[in-house]
Formats: sequence, C-alpha cells, structure tokens
Amino acid sequence: MKSLNRDAPHESQDNSGSQGQDEQGNALVHQPTAAAPRAKFNLRSLMQGDLGFIPVILTLALITIYFQLTTSGVFLEARNLSNLTQQIVTIGILSIAAVLVLLLGEIDLSLAAVAQACAAIMATVSVYQGWNPWLAMLAGLLAGALIGLVNGFFIAVLRVPSFIVTLAGSIAYSGLLLVVMGRQTTLVVRDPVIRSLAPTYLNPVLGWGIPLVCLGLYALGVWYERRRRSQAGLSVRHSSQTALQLVGAAAVTIILIFLFESYQGVPQAVMIALGLVLLFWVVLRKTPFGRHLYAVGGNAEAARRAGIGVVRMKITVFMLASTLAALAGIMMTSRSTAVATQISSTLLLNAIAAAVIGGVSLFGGRGSVWAVVLGALVIGSLDNGLDLLNQDQSVKNIVQGAVLLLAVTADAVVRRTGLRGR
Amino acid sequence: MTSSVSVASDSSSVNDKIPRLQLRNISKSFGGVHALQHVDFEVYDGEVVALVGDNGAGKSTLIKTISGAYVPDEGETLLDGQPVSISSPQDSTRLGIETVYQDLALCDNLDVVANLWLGREAYRDLVPGVLRVLDETEMERQTIDVLKVLDVKIPSVRSAVASLSGGQRQCIAVAKTILRQPKVVLLDEPTAALGVAQTRQVLNLILRLKERGLAVVVISHNLHDVFEVADRVIVMRLGRRDSTFDTRSSSREQVVAAITGATSGAAA
Repeated sequence: MKSLNRDAPHESQDNSGSQGQDEQGNALVHQPTAAAPRAKFNLRSLMQGDLGFIPVILTLALITIYFQLTTSGVFLEARNLSNLTQQIVTIGILSIAAVLVLLLGEIDLSLAAVAQACAAIMATVSVYQGWNPWLAMLAGLLAGALIGLVNGFFIAVLRVPSFIVTLAGSIAYSGLLLVVMGRQTTLVVRDPVIRSLAPTYLNPVLGWGIPLVCLGLYALGVWYERRRRSQAGLSVRHSSQTALQLVGAAAVTIILIFLFESYQGVPQAVMIALGLVLLFWVVLRKTPFGRHLYAVGGNAEAARRAGIGVVRMKITVFMLASTLAALAGIMMTSRSTAVATQISSTLLLNAIAAAVIGGVSLFGGRGSVWAVVLGALVIGSLDNGLDLLNQDQSVKNIVQGAVLLLAVTADAVVRRTGLRGR
Repeated sequence: MTSSVSVASDSSSVNDKIPRLQLRNISKSFGGVHALQHVDFEVYDGEVVALVGDNGAGKSTLIKTISGAYVPDEGETLLDGQPVSISSPQDSTRLGIETVYQDLALCDNLDVVANLWLGREAYRDLVPGVLRVLDETEMERQTIDVLKVLDVKIPSVRSAVASLSGGQRQCIAVAKTILRQPKVVLLDEPTAALGVAQTRQVLNLILRLKERGLAVVVISHNLHDVFEVADRVIVMRLGRRDSTFDTRSSSREQVVAAITGATSGAAA
C-alpha cells in the first residue's frame, strides 16, 4: 500500500505534466541543475505530479465517512472491510490487465468475456475430464494467453484498431463460453483446491510474514538507492522525507493487517491481488520492459526509432492482459464456486473504470498500476456501502456511472492543462 | 546546366583531408521524378555543412539517403574513405551516423533521463536472468554530464519532456543522439518553429558539436542561422548540387541568388 504515502512533499517540483513519473518511488529525486529556476508552488503541477492521487483519496475518504455515518458504523467494521476487499479482487485483477493495455494507448473490451471463457475452460476440464486442479488452472491461463496472442496479432501486426478487435473478440469469446459450457447455464466446480483459492484466510504467520518481508525489501531498496545516489553525487531527498515515506508505508500495511487479523485473517485472494499489483509496479517502474511500455504509449513512433520492438511490445501486453483476465476469471469462479454462461454486464466497465478513476489515462503512457487499488476501492466501497443501505441495483448503477464520468472528465481536463504547459 | 561548381575553394585546409562522409554521384528517382541527379556530397570532421535550397530541391531526399531511409538508385557512399553500404536506418546508426528529425522523436510522458536513454537503458541484474532493473542513478549521472558538456539548461533532468520549451526539447533530441557517440550528425530543420532565444540555444548546441570534432550536416531554410553556424553552404537546386559557398567569404545575397536560380552558381 505504498501508494497511500505518495503525498509526501517533494523537495523540488517539476513544472508540470510529470504524472508519468510519479511512481518512481525513491528514484524520483529531482536534480536541480546549476541554473535550475526554483519552480513556483503550483496547484496544477501538483495535481498532475506527485499529488495526483490526492483527489481519489479524498473521494474515497468522503465515501467512507458517508457510509460510516449512514450505516451507523457497520461500514468500517473489520468484517465488512474484509468482505469488501474480497469483493473487489476480481475487478482488481481485471483492472491490472486494463491498466497495462491503457498505458499502451489501446483498450481491451474483451477482458470480461475472456475471464469467463477461460474460467469455463478450467471448470470443464476439472469437472468433466477430472484434470489435476493446478493443470486445469494452467489450461485456463494458457487459453487466456492464446486469446491475447490472437488479439495482439490483429492489433499489432494487421493494425486493426484495438477497440474493434476486442469488441469483436468479446462477442466471439462469449460464444466460445457457450460452446465450452454446452447446454448448461451454470457449472459447479467441486475441486477443493480450486474452491479454496479465493475464500481461504492465511494463517497469521503468512499474513504477517509476507507483507513484512515485502516492506523490508522495499526499505532496503530505498536505502540502497539513496546510498548509490549520494555516492554518485546526485541530490537525495531529505532523510526525514525518506523516513516519512517508509513509516507511512509501514503504518498503512500494519494497520491493514491488524484489521484483517481482528476478523479471520488476511484473505488469500486479497494477498494474491496485492502481490500482482506490487509485481507489476516493479515491472512497470523499475525494468527496461516497463520503461518501453510507457514509451510506446507516449509516442510509438519515437519508441520505434529508439529501437523498441513496438509490434512485439503490443502483442506481449495483450497476452499479459488476457492471461490476467483468465486469472481474474479463476478467482471469480473460486469465490462463487461456479461458472455461469451469463457474463456480468458491469464487470468489464468497472475494471476499466477502476483504472481510470485511479488516474490512468485513456490516451496512453500516463498512470500507475497503484491506480487499481484506489479505483477498485472506490467502486467496491460504493457497491458495498449501497448494499448495506439496501439500495436497489438501479441506484448503484446511476452512482457508479456518475463516478466514472467524473473520473474520465478529470482525466481529460488534467490532460488538456498539461498540454497547455508546453 | 552547370553543377557542383565550387565558388569558394579557398578552404584548402579542409579539402586536403579525407572527408568523414562522402557521397559520390548519387541519383534517386521516385517514378518519373528525379529527386537527386548525380549529386556529390562531403562533410569533414569538425565542420558544419548547411544544406539549403528551395522546396523540392532534394535536400530532404539527400539526408534520407544518408540516414538510410532511402536507398539510392546509383552512386556510392564512403565513410573515412572506405565504401560502405547503407540500406536501412539501422545501418547508418551502426556506422555512427545519427539523424535528428524535424518531428521530434521524444516521448512526452517520460522524463529527460528516460528519453535520453530510451531503447538502450543502463540496467543491473538484480536476479541474474530473471529480474533486470533500470540503473537510474547511472543514467541520471551521465545525463547531467552530457547536458553540462553540451551546455543545455533545463529545470531538472527529472522533468517530463512535455513541460520543456521547444528549444529545450530540440536540445534533448540532439543530446539523445550524442549519447551514442556518433561521427556524423544530421539535423533536419533544427530551428524551425523556435523562438529567438530558443534558436540561439540550438545554434550554440550545433557549434558545441562542431567543437567536439563531429561532422554536422544541417538542413535549414533560415540563412541567418546558416551563416551563424555553418562553415560551408551547399545549395541544392532541382535535384542537383548547384553550388558551394564558404560562409567566411560569401554573402547571403549570393546564396539566395543560387537558391532561386538567378546565378546558377557559376556566375558568382
């Protein structure tokens, strides 16, 4: 949950439009060159830069306070928070897939259909062929990768707009779902391994151990990077700021685990989803692959001239996205213990909405994978809170639609002012 | 029509050496259009050559031939006196010829460091064979060094390129090619659409490249800029090399006359 301490003020702010860099973590320490003019305090640059997450966090806080008051305290109970986080695992994983594709400046409208079709493949081979559960899940994931390859081929090689390819894909893959399911409308999975994937709670040793190890590695990384920078004579952030950053991350993590442990423990599904967010954060921000992904999303022609294989990059990303969608489908099946032929109408849009609400640009190249956590929390909180208030689906749809529209409007406005800064 | 008449051949100190890059008898046609007809071209180390000419004179075709975007129909290319074959942009890059294009090849969403190192990032093997992470410290250090050498001033090497001015962006695009330690740098309209101060910045950068001993070729429509930085001016006209001027011993009027065809070179 490192994203939550992104509001730590920076020593020097760049002029504007640095949202694409706001998750560099410790690597993002500004180097004032000899003639560097001190950038003025500027709200717009803050919104686009390091404090880009603040509006979402404020929104989340408002939603939380509202539901906490209207549900007379039920909303923030450990039990409800545990449920809420498990409810958004599917959307969260699907949303990571959406983020990858959006960063490329493309869109994948087939994610929900792929998730369900791959889950159906897994369920079928598990139930009817009696496959080993791990092999069945692998089959589902491979089916996802294959679908991604097909999507990517049409988009990257034949240069058909991704909107069309994946829209056509979503129809075709929902047909595939019907083929796989045969005449049934629901297929109940009986395998205990698959069924226990999502609803299991980790024992306290793992529940505490895994996050603390990750926290330790993070602190080590920050410290090491800082030492290297000062050895190389580059500016480093003030030590109190670094400390604040680490303490913030640790505080959020520990409070969360206490909450989970006070109910039944850390849910395995939540751990998997957060682990994926962390993994993709490292891949996107710290590796050449991630850098190239942002470059292709920012300016494909410049990336091509720099020797980056744009076609290969696009195919890879669509394969990753569809594989993640398959995983989301598997988690969904594990939670509900069955696959249905009916594809949830809101799943796809919620996954893309979560990414956009969290600040991932629809136009490519801007945003962080941590957006998934915040965006999914906003959507999940609305869903969960309105459920607690016994609101009808109609109200939920209207509220979620309004929030999505607001988020996209904010994205468009920020982008416009960012371009004006040139 | 006379062609390739050297008006100012008094730059003897230059002409005795082997050119860093030389093109001989280059021709290129697109269908029935003869974009280049038997063009010779040469540029020496530590020299700035300006390619001027009216629209459609063949400047861009010539540059694209050098950079490997076009393959000439006939003629040969020599690098340091050795014949080389350039049939793709990769070939020219490998030979140490870098092109800075008019439409800036920068990613707006990335910061200066990321843009400078795009496609050839420094990295460390965190888990050998599995996890390879960017070496931001090393890249940032070298970026600061390069920008200092080239005297490029920007607010911060961590600011996104989108937030920089046109001149700063152009400088970053040039600095990006310098990191590859090229022998020849080709610039296509580097000062187009820039303000006065920004143009100044880019022209300074071109002179700095020359100081470093690079062979620099600049396409420009702006004769003021040309006379400020170039040692020689090569006038292209109707797909041929019309004439060559030494900027120290010729005037802007002479060049304009050659460009418009009023003098066709020889008369000067």
